[in-house]
Amino acid sequence: MSESALKIAQIPDLTLLFPDKVRPDTRPGYQGYIVEREHLLEVVRLLRDEYGYDYLSSVTGVDYLPEGKMEVVYHLYKTLGGPALVLKAQMPREDARVPSLVSLYRGAEFQEREAWDLLGIRFEGHPDLRRILMWEGFAGFPLRKDWREPYFEEEAKPFKSRWPEGFVFRAEDRNPFGDNVQYPPGFDPESWTPADDEAIYRALKRATDQDDLHADTLVVNLGPQHPSTHGVFRMVVSLVEETILDLKPVMGYLHRNHEKIGERNTFLQNMPFTDRLDYLCSMSNNFGYALAVEKLMGIKPPERAEYIRVMMAELTRFLNHIFAIGFLLNDLGAYFTPALYAIEERELILDIFEAVSGSRMMCNYFRFGGVARDVSDDILEKVRRLVNDRLPRKVDEMDEFLTRNEIVRERCEGVGILTAEQAIANSASGPVLRASGVPYDVRRAEPYSIYDRLEFDVAVRYHGDIYDRYLIRLDEMRQSLRILQQVLRDIPEGPIMTGKPQYQVRVPPGEAYGRVEGPKGELGFYVVSNGKPNPWRYHVRAPSFINLTSLADMARGNKVADVVAILGSIDIVLGEVDR
Amino acid sequence: MTGWGILKSLWVTFRHLVVTYIEDIRYGKRRYFTPEGIEARRSSDVQGIFTVQYPEEKLPVPEAFRYLPFLVYEEGANGERQLRCTSCGICAKVCPPQCIWIVRKNDPQTGRPIPTPAAFYIDVDICMNCGFCAEYCPFDAIKMDHDYEIASYDRLREHIFDIERLAKPVSYYASIRPTDYALEEAARAQKSGAKKTESAAG
Repeated sequence: MSESALKIAQIPDLTLLFPDKVRPDTRPGYQGYIVEREHLLEVVRLLRDEYGYDYLSSVTGVDYLPEGKMEVVYHLYKTLGGPALVLKAQMPREDARVPSLVSLYRGAEFQEREAWDLLGIRFEGHPDLRRILMWEGFAGFPLRKDWREPYFEEEAKPFKSRWPEGFVFRAEDRNPFGDNVQYPPGFDPESWTPADDEAIYRALKRATDQDDLHADTLVVNLGPQHPSTHGVFRMVVSLVEETILDLKPVMGYLHRNHEKIGERNTFLQNMPFTDRLDYLCSMSNNFGYALAVEKLMGIKPPERAEYIRVMMAELTRFLNHIFAIGFLLNDLGAYFTPALYAIEERELILDIFEAVSGSRMMCNYFRFGGVARDVSDDILEKVRRLVNDRLPRKVDEMDEFLTRNEIVRERCEGVGILTAEQAIANSASGPVLRASGVPYDVRRAEPYSIYDRLEFDVAVRYHGDIYDRYLIRLDEMRQSLRILQQVLRDIPEGPIMTGKPQYQVRVPPGEAYGRVEGPKGELGFYVVSNGKPNPWRYHVRAPSFINLTSLADMARGNKVADVVAILGSIDIVLGEVDR
Repeated sequence: MTGWGILKSLWVTFRHLVVTYIEDIRYGKRRYFTPEGIEARRSSDVQGIFTVQYPEEKLPVPEAFRYLPFLVYEEGANGERQLRCTSCGICAKVCPPQCIWIVRKNDPQTGRPIPTPAAFYIDVDICMNCGFCAEYCPFDAIKMDHDYEIASYDRLREHIFDIERLAKPVSYYASIRPTDYALEEAARAQKSGAKKTESAAG
């Protein structure tokens, strides 16, 4: 084997490679290495070029107020598969600067902007360091531990005012403005005028005069109120005639401060909030969060619970993909007919979710150590009837309905191409990555739950255009049905929860990154605990958010009418993008 | 032939359209506004139109369905209400959006707390319908209701539910969640049977 292949195959020991620049993280419950921030670029460049760590999955910041430090945590993976290499860069809180990794991994762009926006960590060398989730004129850094949000009551729930005091009041009545608003000291709302989106417009590429032809650039805002943007999402495009020169996505219109609320909640109280991230696939979000906290607690659910979890996760994948196909066709202009055929299948699966967990969309079904309620035999019978008979027929019907349609092929083939190198550099994940030719699926790369026992294929397509992203969703639906048939055949009897159900979970201090292959991509939860009932830091690595980095690459050179279809093919949900 | 794909797609749509009428003719009068018609339209072999004409037709909700919480009371001999709630406060502590407010009652003579609530408020604008209060109540005193038709015109006055609005009898609970009720009654009977044998032995 050549030397380079040997290097890629192993997991390097960074303390041997960089003895004076990297040291292992020895805090109890923590993994990975701490890198000196001056040497960060050098270390990461070597890891990417020689050791095969070409996929930067997650960049997140943590505020350690008691120690006066800020920390940026990087999770690096190889597209060949395997566990993460966790790197951390620490810096004092007053001087929170760190070199930006955008020159090495384009996918770090939005995540670093988020760390700047919410924590105030400055990334030197970032091409466009602006606020991303908060609006441009916002003052303060919300996720810092010394920043208090408008309806602030106490540092952690449960609040004493509910019990034993109990004298009910409405939070709006306490706020003098009667509204969820908080102004920084010395600010006068009457005399302030808002600035335009100068920074965004300046950052867009403009046409240059070539060959004595004067090219006029037009800047168009698509959104935030637009029927085809899958939620409140805005794209600022610069056009020459109808061709797109550059595109900048603007998000944050649905930002609900999920991570700060997560720090106030106890671990169990966070579970229903995770339902509301990617609100179409709530079982998947629950799964990721339950995995992360179970890693910290060191417990594993019993067999029957694992099978039920996989069954729910694969049903969620099916209903997400069929919904995505329906809405891609909606974006293409086949108004609501394919979408309603997809919604009909979704209704049948949602009826099962309602019978199992009590709610169609906000399922709140997973608990730490298992699931909340058992699945009765008649519900299993209903699932069997769906999985063995109706759903395969319906996938074939959608296939027959849409795949050979000349209009779909004309509008989707060759449009919105994302090459494999671009996809890996942009940290794309899920169907977007696999449609570009990279067979990376978390269920195979780092198997969790019982996926290592199940037989299924990882769907890959090689053109990377909208048509391939549509076809790969059909392929994944068929693989999900295959997994469901195996799960329904093999599900054992037994308990559904490790230990007794308790509302006060004891989570030892440490950090954990639990990731699942969600229907939209790799959904990861980074949880840091310091032994208290509520997490110290809770971060969601949202696949839709990071897949949007590729939107600009996909859209350049195409027409404006194609942007809507390209956005539909990435399949975003704004609850996840903005959190 | 160019256009063959479009023709196949149109054929699929046409089939969906025609089969609606065929199903209507096949089911006849039983198709709409009857419980069996609703069941047929949500079964896994439904074909054609599957719309349920709310509010004339309502989908029956499954037993596990959770909407807003309600307090369970046992009916005494002369119609008095005995709330099962002991104001332990676990539901208020476990509620994720913190929408439950409880005041413990104090005994008027001794001034010590007694296990029943003096006031119990739920702000239903904030309630997430997660079901944690019902899941972790040790006394089966608060359960999730099925009633979702609670729209009102006045948010400020009507959306904070007090004990009057929240209390519902055990018979109502048994009617909406029969299997859960049966399991809980069996567990209670077993526990009280065990206690009786303990006190008889000791």
